[in-house]
Amino acid sequence: MTHEQLIFIWFLLIAVLWIGFFFLEGFDFGVAMLYPVIGKDPTERRVMINTVGPTWDGNEVWMITAGGAMFAAFPGWYATLFSGLYLPLLLVLLGLIARGVSFEYRALMPDDNWRDTFDWSATIGSFIVSLVLGIAFANMWRGMPVAGDPPHMTQGLLELFHPFGLLGGALTVMLFMVHGAVFLCLKTADSVREKANRAVKMLGPIALGLLAAFIVIGNVAYPASHNPFLGSGAGVAMWITGAISVAALGYAILMHSESGNQSRENQAFVGTGLAILMLFVTIFIKMYGTLGFVSADGSFDMNVAASTPYTLRVMSIAALIFVPIVLAYFVWSYYIFRKRISTKHMPTATNEPASATVGY
Amino acid sequence: MDAQVLARWQFGITTVYHFFFVPVTLGTAWLVAVMETRWLRTKDVQWLRMTKFFAKLFLINFAAGVVTGIVQEFQFGMNWSEYSRFFGDIFGAPLALEALVAFFLESTFIGIWIFGWDRLSGPVHNLMIYLTALGGTLSAIFILAANSFMQNPAGATYNNGRAELVDFTMLFTNPFFIAAFTHQIPAALMVAGGLVAGVAGWKLAKVVKEAPEGTVHPDAAIWRKTAKMGAYVLLAASIAVMGSGHYQAQVGAKFQPMKLAASEGLLDTQKAAGFAIVGVYTQQRDAQGITRVTEVFSWEVPYLLSILAFNDPNAEVQGINDLTEQYLTDGHRAWDGSRNQLQEEFSSELAQLSVDPVPNVMVSFWSFRLMMGLGFVSMGIALLILWFTRKGGTPPSNNLWKYTMATLPFFPLIANSFGWILTEMGRQPWIIYGVLPTWTANSPNVSVAAVLTSMIAYTLAYGVIAVIVLKLFFTYIAKGLPDVSPPKVRTNDDAPLSFAY
Repeated sequence: MTHEQLIFIWFLLIAVLWIGFFFLEGFDFGVAMLYPVIGKDPTERRVMINTVGPTWDGNEVWMITAGGAMFAAFPGWYATLFSGLYLPLLLVLLGLIARGVSFEYRALMPDDNWRDTFDWSATIGSFIVSLVLGIAFANMWRGMPVAGDPPHMTQGLLELFHPFGLLGGALTVMLFMVHGAVFLCLKTADSVREKANRAVKMLGPIALGLLAAFIVIGNVAYPASHNPFLGSGAGVAMWITGAISVAALGYAILMHSESGNQSRENQAFVGTGLAILMLFVTIFIKMYGTLGFVSADGSFDMNVAASTPYTLRVMSIAALIFVPIVLAYFVWSYYIFRKRISTKHMPTATNEPASATVGY
Repeated sequence: MDAQVLARWQFGITTVYHFFFVPVTLGTAWLVAVMETRWLRTKDVQWLRMTKFFAKLFLINFAAGVVTGIVQEFQFGMNWSEYSRFFGDIFGAPLALEALVAFFLESTFIGIWIFGWDRLSGPVHNLMIYLTALGGTLSAIFILAANSFMQNPAGATYNNGRAELVDFTMLFTNPFFIAAFTHQIPAALMVAGGLVAGVAGWKLAKVVKEAPEGTVHPDAAIWRKTAKMGAYVLLAASIAVMGSGHYQAQVGAKFQPMKLAASEGLLDTQKAAGFAIVGVYTQQRDAQGITRVTEVFSWEVPYLLSILAFNDPNAEVQGINDLTEQYLTDGHRAWDGSRNQLQEEFSSELAQLSVDPVPNVMVSFWSFRLMMGLGFVSMGIALLILWFTRKGGTPPSNNLWKYTMATLPFFPLIANSFGWILTEMGRQPWIIYGVLPTWTANSPNVSVAAVLTSMIAYTLAYGVIAVIVLKLFFTYIAKGLPDVSPPKVRTNDDAPLSFAY
């Protein structure tokens, strides 16, 4: 394979990893952000947490792999982006730390205050990560200025928070909450399911409005034609994928039934999943070649940022072998925990250790 | 203070902190897996209780390791953008593979193991923790391969203004990798053995004391078996660590003579070099910015350093002064005057950069001795445990025993830290040995304020995590063995789950 083909494949693979992350961790973030909405009752909140308990860590690895793949396949991208978005990334890391410790430790510290503190830390952490990544990807759609040799980002921190960036942040927060609520409808029974159902009704239209606005404003104000790597068809493609994203979210909200019909719930989940998928497909189309930057002096693009053909080939072979294996056991892990859970499934003690040995 | 120095401090702080959790995770996963196997083999429910007891400690540690590990992967780009740009073609690959091959395995199967007690049959459930342990070990393989490239950049060429990979397999045939892998895996098992032996040794003394006169506490037998298991693992792993450590010193003597000389306080090249057991050195920069080292005091065992470095009591070991002169006139060289491809090709560019080739001698010297000393102490304690528990014996239940057991896990753990401090501080001034000095590699567009902000944020977050982890460890060790009933595979969908967060 030529260097160009390998670069294309790795851009695609990195997009797949990010999209996989947003699809999977999107509902994890959403569930945690919904604790204060749906999970006011501690047992119900516990049900929510346990819908994602066995799998959240694996979902997060999608992002770690995306970061690693950027480092390996596009070291220049990794270097320029991560140093340029220093403080936003710091917020993402702190958010991931805050939510990452909360799952295990809330179970180990069943005292009310500790448990509530950990649950809040999961909620706030998930909110920060969703918000900051939304703002970051909106900026990548828009294009961030980069210049010099070595190429570095030239904009100030505050410039990230222009209206389109903020819209992107609000969108990911809302979209993940709806995705999380739809996921909860699918994975729970009884009271939590009913509350999640109401949350979809309440939040769904807001997310739909934000999504439609984001797609339209993005395509009008920052169209594909601004990107020298894209042909004339790309603008049409971005309108189409954007439209599918909006339609899929609309379909999900429509499919969402009061009665708790299993098949309609399945379709609703496919709908929110497809909406997230197509939203980020749209953004990654726009990022093709430029990697989400505007290079004033033409010093930076994906060819400059890429690794050698040799490294990309080695990595491709590894991906060809391991990606199917990972996907297989990933699916299996979801299959094992496929059953719905409800408050009646929660074991009485938070965890099993008893304080003293019988008889002494 | 400039941003580069702060970035180095930050990497040091976050990495040393993260690495408190790494060896515990790496080693303890295997021991918990073996405990579960012993339960399945013997059908003795005491082993199931022991499995769940140590699984709790494992998971407390695992969660802290996961969240502090994410920072590791991102800070290369955040703080070290020019390093990432220059070496990403080589260094990025093992990091990406670590995520793809190891992290997915580890994170998926630990989730299944935690929640899957009543969903999988015994052996399949047991397999889940073995796969988790395998994930941790694979992770070590990739990260050690990446680090070994920093120690000895083999298999790369200088092209297009950056280092490019020519032979992927050389990441894994690098002598530093072989030395580091055979050193680190048993070193992690020393920590796990120390943790298991220390906790079980303490608990054994405690339950025996609590039992009424003339009776035997029902848990005494399992605590004794577990203490022995931990002590044997610690001892066996120590022997492997010593063997691979010796090999590592020999590899260092050849490819990183300056690091070896600094870690031994050897100023002048000499034959039949002695090994300084203790030593005090001072160093300061001369007018040319080159560090000059003077020896204040040292107490040496004759011939020992030559034996350690070259298996020959009369071998010549290169000293700091001679290596400094050699660097200033001739650039970086291995012990035989050679350079690898990347070092050779980059040498003319390197000559334009100012480099002071001497690392911090006191840090290198003492971290080496503390590493070894703490390792030997933990071996001694393991022998003591085996002595006291022989033929169903019981250790004394006094405070000395209690404190010895409570501190046992920390000896091999801190020895691990000092080993890495030696490896990384001794590597200075290089970020990639003999190629690029560290001061050129940080992110030029990240301000002092930004690095300082993140450093304070991480330190605060890590401080909170440390408090929680220690509190949880003490709480769950104090609680002791959980009451359990052997799990059955779920048949009734309405029954409560056997485990939930």
